Amino acid sequence: MTDDIHARLQGLVDANDVVLFMKGSPLFPQCGFSSRAIAILGHLNVVFESVDVLQDQGVRQGIKAFSDWPTIPQLYVKGEFVGGSDIMMEMFESGELQQLMEEKGVAQAA
Amino acid sequence: MPMAADDIETLIRTAIPDAQITITDLAGDGDHYAAHVVAESFRGLPRVRQHQAVYAALGGRMGGVLHALQLTTAVPKE
Repeated sequence: MTDDIHARLQGLVDANDVVLFMKGSPLFPQCGFSSRAIAILGHLNVVFESVDVLQDQGVRQGIKAFSDWPTIPQLYVKGEFVGGSDIMMEMFESGELQQLMEEKGVAQAA
Repeated sequence: MPMAADDIETLIRTAIPDAQITITDLAGDGDHYAAHVVAESFRGLPRVRQHQAVYAALGGRMGGVLHALQLTTAVPKE
């Protein structure tokens, strides 16, 4: 990963409370796992930024090294890597994800 | 190329010898699996680290040959 990509990724997770790196867009997810992640964030009703990794090969490969995580989607909350869609689902079902958003003071969507 | 469930289990067991591993073939096509891994060595680790330990065991196959592995992890119940 180049320094440039690293700086861009760091900038994205620093500038947004919640960032989802995904395949496709929230309206048109290009993969079932990304679609599931979007559905979970929708249920939580939080403000989030999404990054479509399919638009940029540098970001697509870079994020895997950045997080030390092999798959997309990837969720960041307040600069901290939370995990992929399986972890999101587990945490959502147990109420932990909602709790995390509240503890971190993440804004609710209008 | 799809992977056999036994191969996935062997890789995980080699890296995490105390693991109890349940592999489910979700679609019956040898390509969409769910893995449930329970290990004492996970105790005290955040879920992200538990999953990373399993991914490390799979040695780079995750996200490549294994696109569709649904993973859940846990520590043994007391």
